[in-house]
Amino acid sequence: MSTIKPFLRLSGLEPLIVRPETNFVNIGERTNVTGSKKFARLVREGNYEEALSVARQQVENGAQVIDVNMDDALLDGVTAMTTFLNLVQAEPDIAKIPIMIDSSKFEILEAGLKCVQGKCIVNSISMKEGEEKFIEQAFICKSFGAAVIVMAFDEQGQADTKERKVEICKRAYEILTKKVGFNPQDIIFDPNIFAIATGIEEHNNYAVDFIEATKEIKRLMPLAKVSGGVSNVSFSFRGNDHVREAIHSVFLLHAIEAGMDMGIVNAGQLVVYDEIEPELRTLCENVIMNKNNDDNSATESLIIFADKVKSKGKENIKDETWRQGTVEERLTHSLVNGITDYIDLDTEEARLKYPKPLQVIEGPLMDGMNVVGDLFGAGKMFLPQVVKSARVMKKSVAWLQPYIEAEKKEASNAPLVLLATVKGDVHDIGKNIVGVVLGCNGYTVKDLGVMVPADKILDEAIAHNAAIIGLSGLITPSLDEMVHVADEMKRRNMNLPLLIGGATTSRTHTAVRIAPKYDNGVVHVLDASRSVTVVSNLLNNDQKKIFLENIENEYEKVREQFLKKRGTKPLITYDEALKIKENFDWANYKPTEPRVNGVQVFKNVDLGEIARFIDWGPFFIGWEMPGHFPTVLDDEKFGTEARKLHSDALALVDKIVAGKWFRADAVVGYWPANSNNKDTITVQVKEGPVQLESLRQQLKKAANQPSYSLADFVRPADMGKDYMGAFAVTIHGAQEHILRFAKENDEFNKIMVQILADRFVEAFAEYMHYKTRKELWGYSAGETLSNDEIIKEKYTGIRPAPGYPACPDHTEKRKLFKMLHVTENIGIELTESLAMSPPASVCGWYFAHPGSHYFGVGRIDKDQLADFATRKGMTLDEATKWLSPILD
Amino acid sequence: MANITDELKKRILIIDGAMGTMIQQRKLNEQDYRGERFKNWHKDVKGNNDLLSITRPDIITEIHKEYLDAGADIIETNTFSSTSIAQADYDMQELAYELNVAAVKCARKAISQSGKTAWVAGAIGPLNKTLSLSPDVNNPGFRAVSFDEVAQAYTEQIKGLTDGGADLLLIETIFDTLNAKAAIYAAKNYFRKNNIPELPIMISGTITDASGRTLSGQTLEAFYISVMHANPLSIGLNCALGAKEMRPHIQELSNIAACYTSAYPNAGLPNAFGEYDEQPHETAHIVEEWAKDGYLNIVGGCCGTTPDHIKHIAENVSKYAPRQLPVLEETL
Repeated sequence: MSTIKPFLRLSGLEPLIVRPETNFVNIGERTNVTGSKKFARLVREGNYEEALSVARQQVENGAQVIDVNMDDALLDGVTAMTTFLNLVQAEPDIAKIPIMIDSSKFEILEAGLKCVQGKCIVNSISMKEGEEKFIEQAFICKSFGAAVIVMAFDEQGQADTKERKVEICKRAYEILTKKVGFNPQDIIFDPNIFAIATGIEEHNNYAVDFIEATKEIKRLMPLAKVSGGVSNVSFSFRGNDHVREAIHSVFLLHAIEAGMDMGIVNAGQLVVYDEIEPELRTLCENVIMNKNNDDNSATESLIIFADKVKSKGKENIKDETWRQGTVEERLTHSLVNGITDYIDLDTEEARLKYPKPLQVIEGPLMDGMNVVGDLFGAGKMFLPQVVKSARVMKKSVAWLQPYIEAEKKEASNAPLVLLATVKGDVHDIGKNIVGVVLGCNGYTVKDLGVMVPADKILDEAIAHNAAIIGLSGLITPSLDEMVHVADEMKRRNMNLPLLIGGATTSRTHTAVRIAPKYDNGVVHVLDASRSVTVVSNLLNNDQKKIFLENIENEYEKVREQFLKKRGTKPLITYDEALKIKENFDWANYKPTEPRVNGVQVFKNVDLGEIARFIDWGPFFIGWEMPGHFPTVLDDEKFGTEARKLHSDALALVDKIVAGKWFRADAVVGYWPANSNNKDTITVQVKEGPVQLESLRQQLKKAANQPSYSLADFVRPADMGKDYMGAFAVTIHGAQEHILRFAKENDEFNKIMVQILADRFVEAFAEYMHYKTRKELWGYSAGETLSNDEIIKEKYTGIRPAPGYPACPDHTEKRKLFKMLHVTENIGIELTESLAMSPPASVCGWYFAHPGSHYFGVGRIDKDQLADFATRKGMTLDEATKWLSPILD
Repeated sequence: MANITDELKKRILIIDGAMGTMIQQRKLNEQDYRGERFKNWHKDVKGNNDLLSITRPDIITEIHKEYLDAGADIIETNTFSSTSIAQADYDMQELAYELNVAAVKCARKAISQSGKTAWVAGAIGPLNKTLSLSPDVNNPGFRAVSFDEVAQAYTEQIKGLTDGGADLLLIETIFDTLNAKAAIYAAKNYFRKNNIPELPIMISGTITDASGRTLSGQTLEAFYISVMHANPLSIGLNCALGAKEMRPHIQELSNIAACYTSAYPNAGLPNAFGEYDEQPHETAHIVEEWAKDGYLNIVGGCCGTTPDHIKHIAENVSKYAPRQLPVLEETL
């Protein structure tokens, strides 16, 4: 059976468990306004940013707990404690360790306890104002779950001798454990460390008293802990850090041996006992242990020694010291930190130093990028930083370019990775990020752009002797196109590996559908950061074979898993599914007649209005930042970068709005419509009736759960009148700026504009939906939702898009385009795979019934496929092709 | 009334499943929520599930009853948001106390109708405002609410739950430990100041993602250490994760917990539409493994689970012995 020991357990974001073998817990003392002039000044000036860095420094220097004290006559202690501790909670690198809340005023201690989620230490309470107050304060500390430091202080005053220290601690222990119900291990005694070597003879034994008392306290109360403020002991040598550090080190050696568990120390300034010069060490031993100290002789000797050594002040490291390194070091520093300020200067210096300009690229620049690559691989750098590194790299290369051309040298023969978005698809943000990341890692990337037919991809791959092909795509038909490319590669007997990436691709799809088509390596790449490992494995002749074998084994398992899983999710027949369709109370339904009858076009919609509807969640996903908005901004690992990225984005949004970089056009339409009690909706547009065909869920669900279909959201013709709507929105003009940034070698802003164009068009769709509800259709004219609630889709009605899970059939887009005359009205074109161009475009249907909701159609069976093909007037083959993602 | 600790020594107890999912299935409209009493209320109240304890007690009692019939030993009151702070969204902060009393009544009624022995756990939710995180990105030191306000709101809720006749308090779905600490603080002070015997407290935290931490950033062990002072009847996890993802965390907890353990996962992870589609036998199968490995004292379901899930879970774990409490040593 397991056992649990009575250790003192503390916590910040992470646990700190004080075990017998823990030895000694360092408590950082610099965040104390009474002990640190610098910290006091920072807090008084309200410079909390800097004050936090004092705390951070202590953690970096090894403090396991930080002591926070705001007892200053010039400060409102409660406010200062609250403000500082709240800020600490937002800094995971500090908040990871437990906090010791330090004050002589109980109200400040209590205020501190109200800010910290972890288990704290209260420093301190005592019996100086009597037992009753002590008990009340202890109860409060206990109800916050804090451990307490009890000072050896009672109604008579502070204990100085060993006997008084032990007696007071014992009494407090009895009260706390018996009357308050404290766990013994949560009690920490501070038996008072007083200054020695003050010249007053009565003070000479203070260190010994503390050490002896500690021994006795630990003997009597083995679960309780002993702590103390170590720097007090050397107070008479203030200004002489060298001697003070030696005294602390010698004192701690003895006190810890006696049982002292923890102490408040300057975590950055503890010398190792063995490294103290022998003369000083002996002098300290004498003074601390009160040996050879008749007539203060030991004290005198130490004072004489102290006057000889001069105090070593600490130097501040200036931010610009990196400028003193070699040119190679400086280039690396600029690359790692994304600094462009000196890059031309340093590149020029390197060019003059190296025999050939190309060697600057192959030497110091590649070395620097390797450092970036390593840090990125180790999770110590994040994508936005890497992109900034790439910007520095490109600037540097641009500086060298004319000299390289002048020498008419061949370009480096690094292996070439060919990237393309497949035919029919226009989305390329993810592919561009992969290109940048691979480029950063020394690979030559040739990007064929978007909508590239299979033949062209393969011809180019052969022409350029590419080492790897990478395919990207966002819409579901692209999955088929990728299968086609793999097929073609096999037919042409090619032997280079094929990488698959993009939002709709998945490991399962790659394993099940693409990999079996081509034998020389098909690898799904989850995100840009993985692309480097995959490519490096594939280009290493030793590893390639094993890597591909591992992948094949993994995919074999995925395939087995897929087949098994498919079996566990039974389907019902299409007829059964129709029988359990979702039924609203149509008899009592009163539809709102749309105020706008038919089609209406909106051109040049105000970008500022649209920007208010931006949902930032997907923005961070676009940048491959993990986590959700807004919590990602406070993320331990990514928070700082995320905040930076967010503010960069907001600044760019301002520019886009002010400079009218984008043109936002929309077309909407509303018409009478009815369903047929099955899956067809007939819409009465001006030109005549249009039949929309929807798909119905066939997965077996829990009892009483309907099988959903969009057709259920429109009233059947036999029940009375109803309506539906459609929309298409687009953002023009992004391309011009994307090209401009590409020309300036500014990959960061190029990708940023692409991602923001996507955010704008989504916000635009949200905005038009809002206008639809409020005015154009007006079915929710009284709606009073905040922007935030709108982004969270708290409104009535939905706007599903053809090609997405509720209506996975892309071909319905053709009807939508006709009904709204989308291409004529606002210039969106449909590709053969039914992707929209420009890529920042969205279209969809409007359903107004309050019961309508989003859902995924999921897998369907052959019976529905056949029915669907008939309804659509397609051959079975054609229908199979378009619906393959939801077929077996 | 049987003593719950006696029962916990004998077998794994079953806690009920999702309330929200069950209410959603009934497709109530604005009028159902309002009832006669709030028919002219100035704000929309659809979605205020806790209000149904007053306006549609029949439905809440019926749902409790379905869970009891499925095998639940502990049923959670419909009070996840019954605090003045959470109710402010609907301008119904004045109703907080009444909601708690009414919700306990529904649970008690369901138990007496079912005729079986079961315990009512007064559910104390995490609030919509948090004490450790700033809602303002540009001002990380800002807090939307103070500790005293939170403690006061919880005190009112605890008073309602206690007056209504709850057997246990369940502080649950904790994503910010400081909010939970305010609830513990409120409970301890309420019982102490009014000289009422303490109700046993169950504590259930929420690990939000693959990092294995709470939303407010704590590791599981740090979280447990931060609430140990409640001297809880049980410590556990619920929500955010499906059983599959929850397993390593429950395992860890069963190693470090000095008290009983509880777990009520979601029915898998939500699909792209926020729906939970893990089938009852699937959830039950994973949970059974936990029971087999001795991690469990109390188990049930959270978002997306139904009486069917609870029934399967109860059947699958019934053949296993409960986790043994560790021995608490008194020396180092």
